[in-house]
Amino acid sequence: MTSREKILAAVKKNQPELAPMAEYIQPERAEDLVAKFAIVLDGIGGKAVMVQRMEEIRQHLQEHWLGKGRIVSMVPELRDLGEQPSEVDPHQFENVELAILPAHFAVAENSAVWVTEELLQQRVLPFITQNLAVIVRRERLVATMHHAYELIGNGDYGFGTFIAGPSKTADIEQSLVLGAHGSKSMTVFLL
Amino acid sequence: MRVGLFIPCYVDQFYPNAGIATLQLLEKLGVEVVYPANQTCCGQPMANSGFEHLTEGCNRLFVDQFAGFDYIVSPSGSCVLHVKDHLHLHDREQEAEQVRTKVYEITAFLTDILQVTALPGRFPHKVGLHQSCHGQRGLHLSAMSELVAPKFSKPLQLLNMVEGIELIPLKREDECCGFGGTFCVTEEAVSVKMGKDRVSDHLENGAQFITGTDMSCLMHMEGILRRRNSQVKVMHITEILNAGS
Amino acid sequence: MKNHAQLSQEFNANEPRVNWHDETLWWVRQKRDKAANTLPEWEQLREAASSIKYHTLSNLNDYLQQFEANAEQNGVTVHWAADAKEHNEIVHRILAAEGVNRIVKSKSMLTEECHLNPYLAEKGIDVIDTDLGERIVQLADEPPSHIVLPCIHKKKEEIGELFHEHLGTAKGEADPQVLTAAARVHLREKFLTRRAAITGVNFAIAETGEFVVCTNEGNADMGAHLADVHIACMGIEKLIPQRRHLSIYLRLLARSATGQPVTTYSSHFRRPRAGQQMHIVLVDNGRSTQLGREEFRNSLKCIRCGACMNTCPVYRRSGGHSYHTAIAGPIGAILAPNLDMKQYADLPFASTLCGSCSNVCPVKIDIHDQLYKWRQVLMKDGQGGAAKGLSMKAMNFTLSSPGVYRTAGKAGRWFLRNVPFVVNNPLNPWYKQRDMPEAPKQSFGEWYQQNRKK
Repeated sequence: MTSREKILAAVKKNQPELAPMAEYIQPERAEDLVAKFAIVLDGIGGKAVMVQRMEEIRQHLQEHWLGKGRIVSMVPELRDLGEQPSEVDPHQFENVELAILPAHFAVAENSAVWVTEELLQQRVLPFITQNLAVIVRRERLVATMHHAYELIGNGDYGFGTFIAGPSKTADIEQSLVLGAHGSKSMTVFLL
Repeated sequence: MRVGLFIPCYVDQFYPNAGIATLQLLEKLGVEVVYPANQTCCGQPMANSGFEHLTEGCNRLFVDQFAGFDYIVSPSGSCVLHVKDHLHLHDREQEAEQVRTKVYEITAFLTDILQVTALPGRFPHKVGLHQSCHGQRGLHLSAMSELVAPKFSKPLQLLNMVEGIELIPLKREDECCGFGGTFCVTEEAVSVKMGKDRVSDHLENGAQFITGTDMSCLMHMEGILRRRNSQVKVMHITEILNAGS
Repeated sequence: MKNHAQLSQEFNANEPRVNWHDETLWWVRQKRDKAANTLPEWEQLREAASSIKYHTLSNLNDYLQQFEANAEQNGVTVHWAADAKEHNEIVHRILAAEGVNRIVKSKSMLTEECHLNPYLAEKGIDVIDTDLGERIVQLADEPPSHIVLPCIHKKKEEIGELFHEHLGTAKGEADPQVLTAAARVHLREKFLTRRAAITGVNFAIAETGEFVVCTNEGNADMGAHLADVHIACMGIEKLIPQRRHLSIYLRLLARSATGQPVTTYSSHFRRPRAGQQMHIVLVDNGRSTQLGREEFRNSLKCIRCGACMNTCPVYRRSGGHSYHTAIAGPIGAILAPNLDMKQYADLPFASTLCGSCSNVCPVKIDIHDQLYKWRQVLMKDGQGGAAKGLSMKAMNFTLSSPGVYRTAGKAGRWFLRNVPFVVNNPLNPWYKQRDMPEAPKQSFGEWYQQNRKK
């Protein structure tokens, strides 16, 4: 008998009688999602910037990041701000100072943005970069994680991740430090 | 209404005043109270030590003593919880079940069954209320700080009816005192540390008396207070509700 | 082998330090309360989370096979390990086949449970734990003391000393900001040079064959996305049926753990990236046995948030190491006896049964009731020793006989000798730091006889 068979047999023998599963329905609440998103992001060490046009994002990024180091830009309208990786070794992104990424949508209750491999090209990009800028359209802002998974649905991706703020740790005496291994800062532009 | 008075063994032996106050309070409120003389113990000390299988004698005795009453009332949330959760008798399960449903901790009996709205007592002192875990989290005598739920407290509701009483706030409103039955001796170091911390919270907030629904927690805190030669006293909640009248 | 009471006593030798440990964790508990209170639907979420987990356990056989089939279809290799030993061997085999002898590992309590690090070390494989807290305890050659906050028992000065010794930071440097920056540099080099990465798994989805790993630091992702080989190790109880169920668990997990609205990264791994190998090791190690213990199977719902530890008044004052098992605190105390009743017979007694753990549990595990039930199982199994059984029988004899009880009580002899917490004797643990209650002139029963009995 293989371990697989052994485990499955033991589980089958020991599992309780099939139990139903409760359905959870999230109550809808009237909320200012943009304000909520900005407050929550601020609370976890990130920064939300409200903009009307893509041009404002360009100006903001140029002002803050131009000349500071290597920039990778995955936003089609902002390609000129940095390079676009093709299929290369992920280790080559080690010295990226800023990654500019589009997100599928964002969640107000926890200020997370959802990105998948197709937007990133390289999975490691949002983690290895020293700083992160993400662009989300305001109409793609949802209230809670329940709404988020409705949007994701049966979507196919090899890798997808929710990112909520800069990388952080509080492992040393519960003192919050931003920039544990991943990005030290996160700016989200709500367009 | 005939009420059987259940006085836990250690209250009987060490804190008779809590029993007397419970009895007098119920009598003042017009309840017919009987104390069945052959009662001893609910069996909790054995059960919590892992010997529930040895408690049949206690269970049988308990059912013998209390099966005939309309209600069974006791000045101990912990003992009541034990009866509610664990009293079984394989050959008299129906009676055991009746006992389990009819047993009440005194403050819950006063608020839920008698629905008292006024008490005659007067107690012009600063009092800290210790929330005993079994009463609070087991019998739901008051809201619990862990849950997202409306706030309420049966003991506080009653204490607030006492004239002159000043209830002090606590930094940690419902942390365990560390008594825990035999835990208090098998895990002496942590038990004492928990007790010291609980006592300090009351002292720092100016309590002259520490009260609660379980004499066992109070006995543990009293032991710590007395070792420190503190003037602060412990008193069962019934003694305060029944005071000065 | 010291038991929980002895280890706690040692921990309590330094009272200011106990105060610090208690306050630090209480602060985390308060952050949890605040986060929970931002959601009016909190209790409904807990109920749903509990119900979905129970449903999953009741159909685990099917869900495991569904998960396996979907994961394989996604290009992931699935392995099955009956116990810790087999888990370690599988991991080693994968690494050996690739000729890898240096790896990075993100947090996985399962690998702690299986003692993977020492096993691999023996095989000549160097493992670097990349979670900052885990790296710190690794440098100190200690196990984690908390499942979410592995080095919560360590002061920053002690961490500074470790970093000075191992990472070359300045002597006396204890600023968390500076120390974290040093760790970032130290560990970045490891991420960039290690060809294999191990991660844990927070949730695995039967319907899609994907798994989710949650971190705040980003260390699981840094390891996995830079490595040629990614091995994800998971207990078989980590499954949930559908992707959409993640919404419930991700809302509860971080709020319960640290009070954050969600972890910084919630990464969904479905397929290996081009050119990468991805392995999942499904581990039983006693879980199927626990599944068969009706009274204890709910413990398998645990999502490892650590809230029960933060709220536990005993854990906060005894420290994680006092539980002498990989998973400390109340949840550890109901999981460990399943693995070894003799070795962990003390743990279900390391509790006052106050019930706070059950109240904070995001999947509503009846933790304190299970502690009570374990006590019954362990004592029936003879783990209390013959003396304890005899004294309990004596106690029962007295308490079941009103006549004996009254005679014994009247003289005060029986109570003073037999009820453990009132023995008035300096050798009794009660008396060490507490005084006795004053013996009254008469018992309540005697008073009643005099004053009420007609």
